[in-house]
Amino acid sequence: MDLRRDAFQAIADPTRRAILLLVASQAMTAGAIAANFDTARPTVSKHLQILAECELLKQEQNGREIYYHINAKKMKEVADFIEPFRQMWEERFNKLETIMKTHKTK
Amino acid sequence: MEQKTKINAEDGKQELTITREFDLPLELLFKAYVEADIIEQWMGTKVLKLESKKHGNYQFETTDPKGYKYGFSGVIHEVIPNKKIVRTFEMDGTPFGVQLEIYEFEQLTDDTSRLNMHVIYESVTQRDQVLKLPFAQGINMAHNRIEDIVNKLK
Repeated sequence: MDLRRDAFQAIADPTRRAILLLVASQAMTAGAIAANFDTARPTVSKHLQILAECELLKQEQNGREIYYHINAKKMKEVADFIEPFRQMWEERFNKLETIMKTHKTK
Repeated sequence: MEQKTKINAEDGKQELTITREFDLPLELLFKAYVEADIIEQWMGTKVLKLESKKHGNYQFETTDPKGYKYGFSGVIHEVIPNKKIVRTFEMDGTPFGVQLEIYEFEQLTDDTSRLNMHVIYESVTQRDQVLKLPFAQGINMAHNRIEDIVNKLK
């Protein structure tokens, strides 16, 4: 339970959310992630450490580089990443329904 | 608000189902899937080609607010009026691969109907990537809500 609360706190920070957003599309090295922020590199490293500790990010050694990638399973636990996908369909279907209702009355 | 659209995506599977009930007679729901001008309206896409029959194919093109064009296409395997559509779907020029889509249309009452979409991806990884597409766009929204929860814990 403590672990879960940690993940929620980790995600409450805007820089860490921005990091998650970056890494959501592809695995990146700490250097590549830091290059996207104005903050000092040690600060970014600290954020990465926190995200890795609460398992929102996973580290993977690839040759000499360590890549960070998103831990989808954990993200789902805290953010339910299916929800935006569901809402996208919900909006689409709502539109379909509205359009076809007017179609009916024609 | 009641959630009309339900998604079932089990962990570690390369498929998912999307279910939705409509306040529409079955015929109208089905029509929204086979007539180009109607698809253009509710999908917000341009229909370049649509042959709603076995061995037919379709091509859609969507333009985003910045003017970039995205192509979607597939081959139609089966069309049973008011009952079923089987087709492939792919986002042209992306690494997301091809997906197999099975649409089942069902009458509930004279005025209501249900759509059951069964989508099968090439792999578990690809399914999860597709699920994450709107997640990347909606992350702020989702996390604002999480922030609210976190604030309540304090």
